Amino acid sequence: MTLTLSHFSAAVVFAFFASIVFAITQKNTKPEMVRYFIKCFLFFVVGTIAGGWLMAGVRYFVTKP
Amino acid sequence: MAETQASNLEPQAAAPQATVYAPAMATIAPLVGWLIPGGGHFLLKKPVRGALLAVSVSAMFALGLLMDGKVYKPNTGDILDMLGFVGDIGAGGLYFAARIFDWGKGAIHLATADYGTKFIIVAGLLNVISAVDAHHIAIGKKP
Repeated sequence: MTLTLSHFSAAVVFAFFASIVFAITQKNTKPEMVRYFIKCFLFFVVGTIAGGWLMAGVRYFVTKP
Repeated sequence: MAETQASNLEPQAAAPQATVYAPAMATIAPLVGWLIPGGGHFLLKKPVRGALLAVSVSAMFALGLLMDGKVYKPNTGDILDMLGFVGDIGAGGLYFAARIFDWGKGAIHLATADYGTKFIIVAGLLNVISAVDAHHIAIGKKP
């Protein structure tokens, strides 16, 4: 059985689990952990989308006829 | 002025206190945490953190295998292959299980297999962070 994820869904799954570990290991109290999880998750996901658009932009300008 | 002084004298919110553990725990907890993801935290009586870490690391490793990711063997080849092995071995028991059952052959013809390989490496690296966190809890650096 092979699991096939799209680029975006793979990035979201990655962001979710990595953010959980970062939050638990980098913060001391529960509210801090929750806030840090949300922050990390959003940074991962928004960063992925921003990076994707940036690369698409670079590709557009480099290959522009 | 007087108000400021008075507010400074008010008791601050109590900071969480670090528990004192036996000195041997500083070595045992990270070792157990490396072999069994989240195990170090369970040993230090932090079951919720341990469960979340176990689920996160194991799920990433399992998803990596399901995506046909590659599990690196000890090698002296390309530098990226060597670093891949270093990342993979961070998963401890999961890595040994994968090697014993011959999982993670890798399928280079699939784009998602490359993601899977990265998922497996990152699961190992996150497990190392968890083991270090267990060490910090055991020495009282973190509550």
